Amino acid sequence: MKLGYYPGCTLKTKAANLEVAAMAALDHLGVEYKELSRWNCCGAVFSLADDDLIHQVAPVRNLIRAAQQGCDTVVTLCSQCYNTLARANKMVREDEEKRDTLNRFMDEEPDYNGEIEVVHYLSLLRDEVGWEKLAEAVTNPLNGLRVAPFYGCTLVRPKEVAIDTMDPEILEGFIRALGAEATTFSASRECCGSYQMIAHPEEGRDRAAKVIASANRSEADALILSCPLCEYNLGTRQDEVIEYHPGLNQVPTFYFTQLLGVALGLDPELCRLDLNGPAAQELLIDKKFIATAAV
Amino acid sequence: MDTATLTEEVAAKTIPIYIMGKRYEVPETLTIMKAMEHSGYQYIRGCGCRGGICGACATVYRRAGDYKIYTGLACQTVVEPEMYLTQIPFYPANRASYDYESSQPVAETIYQLYPELFRCVACNACTKVCPMDVEVLDYISALKRGDLTAAAEISFDCIQCGLCASRCMGEMAQYHMAQVARRLQGGKIAPKAEHLEKMCGDIDAGTFTDLIEAAKVMTVDELKKVYTEREMEPHMGADEWTPASNHGLA
Amino acid sequence: MASIPSPIHPENLKAVNKIAEISGQNVHECMQCGTCSAVCPMVESMGFTTRLGILYLQFGEIEPVLKAQIGEFCASCHTCVVQCPRGIDVARVFEAVRQYVLRTNTDLIKPQEIPKDTMAEAPQIAFVSTFRKLTS
Repeated sequence: MKLGYYPGCTLKTKAANLEVAAMAALDHLGVEYKELSRWNCCGAVFSLADDDLIHQVAPVRNLIRAAQQGCDTVVTLCSQCYNTLARANKMVREDEEKRDTLNRFMDEEPDYNGEIEVVHYLSLLRDEVGWEKLAEAVTNPLNGLRVAPFYGCTLVRPKEVAIDTMDPEILEGFIRALGAEATTFSASRECCGSYQMIAHPEEGRDRAAKVIASANRSEADALILSCPLCEYNLGTRQDEVIEYHPGLNQVPTFYFTQLLGVALGLDPELCRLDLNGPAAQELLIDKKFIATAAV
Repeated sequence: MDTATLTEEVAAKTIPIYIMGKRYEVPETLTIMKAMEHSGYQYIRGCGCRGGICGACATVYRRAGDYKIYTGLACQTVVEPEMYLTQIPFYPANRASYDYESSQPVAETIYQLYPELFRCVACNACTKVCPMDVEVLDYISALKRGDLTAAAEISFDCIQCGLCASRCMGEMAQYHMAQVARRLQGGKIAPKAEHLEKMCGDIDAGTFTDLIEAAKVMTVDELKKVYTEREMEPHMGADEWTPASNHGLA
Repeated sequence: MASIPSPIHPENLKAVNKIAEISGQNVHECMQCGTCSAVCPMVESMGFTTRLGILYLQFGEIEPVLKAQIGEFCASCHTCVVQCPRGIDVARVFEAVRQYVLRTNTDLIKPQEIPKDTMAEAPQIAFVSTFRKLTS
């Protein structure tokens, strides 16, 4: 497998806390990869209009870049990027006419015929590393930590690109491999509000409140997720959401890769906990999973 | 052909071109700009340095039997038979007002000034139309992922002609965004050129004031004498050459 | 031979066809079970439920659906898609409703009106997805 890593716009700045520990973990676990050297924004959402091809150009162009750079598989961390790239790839593979039109339109690029495989980092962990091997590599088990596994939408819908079945266990398997406890919380596959937090902030907050309430009911210490927009809605804006919905309890949010980094015993600086709210670091220090706060 | 010994006039070979839909016969060796003037157009707009760097003469053209859009600078591009052209001397482009001094050298500054940056759909029409071969999509991508430095470097050759904005599906003015990136990179991110700062300090300290005041009252002949007799680095000299006189510089 | 009159008003046929073309879905397959409404995370913000929205669309009545802002509040979460017992891609139907407006060069949200603080704070994907869904 010639694995290419596609970061996406957000991971280099706002969501560095999703990326840094993740790539260090791949090195630590012996998974070889190469970060794509040239790429553009994938578009974040898959165009659902049947007659629309221009919005497919962005994700497909990235798959062309991956092929140009000698990859046969592309892994990504951002759930939205995963969903968009995977669905675009499937469309190219299955619709000959659209594939032909896209290749004609992108006449400045080599043709693309679906050669690349698109995977999410969690699938890579499960399939290339395995939960057993991951558990063996854990030197700092997160025993006693109750973690709510938040899938959100784009990892599990639609079926054609879901990283697990409609009753997924992949995050639960991941959490247990780290030595933590996965809570059962009803909103685990509900929408965080997505772009509605920008378009209609009040309604976005209401949606986020429902997810946080559900995490509270499951008595979770923490909530993990895989998408910078989920983290923004449920994490960065959590204080504001709670302000508008009194009665909710604070539940620190983490990218799953941050807990991965901590459990593998990697340098906590790599986990970029400074980009989460202070509650996140306080929780980990409190439970003695890390010693001191990252600056 | 030895032009020094040419004794008879040779008529230039002409080719047909279409300027804004009207057919003209023009000498085949002319640039688009010269061809338009040859055809009787008098430039009051869409012409600037005539040297390929000011961005005023952006031209869009097609070739016979070819659906593609081609671009070039009128002052640099030689005419072709059946070329079908127009100039785009100006394309409306949203330009945000901002205070440079207080602007933070981060990509968020550009996100706030130009939220439409996120309307880019990576169609690449901008890159395809650029007459300076700037990788426009690449610098827009760099801005979206927060890399001001890369955006500044990639957009370096931009001459602000506006063709990218004219073709943009997202209705952005890419070149204005890149200019902010270059200004922030040059003035606030890139390491300062210490020798430049020192020179500015010397100027402010008055090191050259006397020289300049003296030059101001010289006659043209005196100035010429000073100029021709100035100390110059030898063309083929030793590698280690320093001026004998330091003119008051430390 | 007398033709069987269509319940769809001729003026609405154009809208019906447009929605079918853009979405690739046949809204007439909907049996009005209401599952999509039950699972929709944004339904409370809409003027009426997604189920009722599909019913209106079966008759080509786009205006009420636009007024109810179903397409505008939809978060494209796809829960309706995986739950619809008839296998209708409801997300595509409401994308078509959005496109029906957006393609008239009308924005459903104005990028310039997003607060500057939000522009500096929110992740890039938030803006990319918002503008792709709600601007033309």
